[in-house]
Amino acid sequence: MLNKTYQLETVSCPSCIKKIEGMLKQTDGIETSEVLFNSSRVKVSFNEEQVTSALIKAKLHQLGFNVLSEK
Amino acid sequence: MFKLTKKQIITISLLTISIAFILKQFIDFSLYANIFMLITTVIAGTPIFKKAFSAIRYKIIGIDALVTIAVIGAILIGEYWEAAAVTFLFMLGDYLESRTIEKTRSSIKALLDLAPKKTTVLRDDIEMIIGVEEVLINDTVIVKPGEKISVDGIILEGNAYVNQSSITGESISVYKSSNDSVFSGTTIESGYLIISAQKIGDDTTFAHILQLVEDAQDSKAKTQKFIEKFSAYYTPSIVILAIMMFIITRDIELSLTIIVIACPGALVISTPVSIVAGIGNGAKHGVLFKGGESIETLGKIKAVAFDKTGTLTIGKPVVKKIKTFGISEHDALKIAALGETYSEHPLGKAIIQKAQTEMIDLTDKIDNIQILTGLGIQFDYLGIHYRIGNRSLLKSLNIDYSTIEEEIKLEEALGFTTILLSNDKQILALIMIADAIRDDAQELIKQLHKLNIKVIMLTGDNQRTAESIAKQLQIDEYYGDLLPEHKVEVLNKLKLNYGLVAMVGDGVNDAPALASADIGIAMGQAGADVAMETADVILLSSQIKKLNYAFGLSRKTVQNMTQNIVFALVVAGFLLAGVLIKTVNLSLGMLIHELSVFLVILNAVGLLRYREK
Repeated sequence: MLNKTYQLETVSCPSCIKKIEGMLKQTDGIETSEVLFNSSRVKVSFNEEQVTSALIKAKLHQLGFNVLSEK
Repeated sequence: MFKLTKKQIITISLLTISIAFILKQFIDFSLYANIFMLITTVIAGTPIFKKAFSAIRYKIIGIDALVTIAVIGAILIGEYWEAAAVTFLFMLGDYLESRTIEKTRSSIKALLDLAPKKTTVLRDDIEMIIGVEEVLINDTVIVKPGEKISVDGIILEGNAYVNQSSITGESISVYKSSNDSVFSGTTIESGYLIISAQKIGDDTTFAHILQLVEDAQDSKAKTQKFIEKFSAYYTPSIVILAIMMFIITRDIELSLTIIVIACPGALVISTPVSIVAGIGNGAKHGVLFKGGESIETLGKIKAVAFDKTGTLTIGKPVVKKIKTFGISEHDALKIAALGETYSEHPLGKAIIQKAQTEMIDLTDKIDNIQILTGLGIQFDYLGIHYRIGNRSLLKSLNIDYSTIEEEIKLEEALGFTTILLSNDKQILALIMIADAIRDDAQELIKQLHKLNIKVIMLTGDNQRTAESIAKQLQIDEYYGDLLPEHKVEVLNKLKLNYGLVAMVGDGVNDAPALASADIGIAMGQAGADVAMETADVILLSSQIKKLNYAFGLSRKTVQNMTQNIVFALVVAGFLLAGVLIKTVNLSLGMLIHELSVFLVILNAVGLLRYREK
């Protein structure tokens, strides 16, 4: 299990959170996820055999949220 | 396709929608007007549609999807103006909202930006500039005027005036020289320091503070959780209403308008923006809230209990006077201090300190030392058996102590804690110790009373000392002779009597009490990890008046949040009613919706201006 925190560009709409959370929930291999509105961060814990960090980032990008940094 | 920034999209669509408006209103050239309206819809709408479709792939209907449905519907029924206006207003609103929302977060961001990034170290006699994360423990760090200290450490060489406001919230700079401790994140105003790194990277006090604030902003308040649940039901209900209205009235435009206002944007955003502005304001002034819930609870507190030592008093007891019986003051102090060298008690330290300032030699040896728990200490010195401790010692002596006891009670009523020195036969000395009351304590209590908050004092000191201090400070209730576990009992009683109760401690051995109160406030202990962990609110400064600011700020935050919620609900209600009686059309619905979100954020921005009085 891998834990990552992605720093996104400013998330300003509350409904964005719903979108990101919904997407992450439906992605195989992601165990838990949390979208932090005020700090514009996404905390994800995932199974690295099923999904990669690069794929998660690509999916976030596809949804319209650029990842600025990760740790 | 070529990419446009949000700003460019808004500028271009503003231009096209203006042309369309002029063509339509003044020249009545409706064909060209319609073309410009469609162009606006495409330019402003594309980002919305894209987002809507990417979300729909995950079966999520967000506000983008609702707006898309409304816009497509409007075009299908020939309402080109409505389509253009809705997309334009939505984009403009989105842009303005994200700009202002950044403002609510600006205080926290400014704090995070204070973290030092580069630093100079001395390795093998060579000065080099490296990234802060590369510094090792015991590295020699060099800091010049204007630079930030990058580690927690001890000064090896040099002296400087250091601005510690990022750690203590106090902006007056402090003079530091060899062997003093310095903290990461503080700035040297003048001077030059060579420091031995003791704590680095994520272990420094400043890093802990940053982490705490960063986590706090997203720890949700109770109200926020409730609103999120509410809006999870609100949107689907309104969509269903829109469908039902269509089935009943066959009025497409009415249904589309209902869809546009289905997202309670202002309501959802009402709490997080207030909370982030409140937490940010606090962090800037040395008051750290652990999260939305802490600030919300503190704002509703009815009573506050102080653990006397270290909060209302400075926490450094001092010997005020000595009364002796058949022995010189010098000898009494010397014997007492010799005994207390073996004790860890703060009162013992006060006696040793007094002896040291009187230049009394404390190198003599004592024997048969025995600690009498809860009582004091006994030992032999020059063949005589002595005891030093609290008044319970009296009972262990075979003497008539009624006169002495009266004397002790008198001193206690004056606010002194009394320590007794005895040999086997009689009391030799009474040592009166007092912990000075903080200068700003009186003012603070006055302010708290103004806010209608009851003030209670808890202390391990005896009842009479407690009474004396309580009277001086006009404290409503006081409890003396308390052991730590009793403090928890008293707190539970206070909670029954008053409702929400805050507990203020200095973070030293009052963790259970801090934890059992509705909200625990630790003060004046920058860097004390225990306090950081147990408390819900941390005052970095040792100025107790900051507490008044903390109460004021949290009340203001709760007020701000309530204003936002009420406003959002009222607007949503009127909007829905207006749509149903058909006075609000598609574009006006969108305008009011966006405007309400914007006003809610602006109201929260106002919270950043709250200052301590």
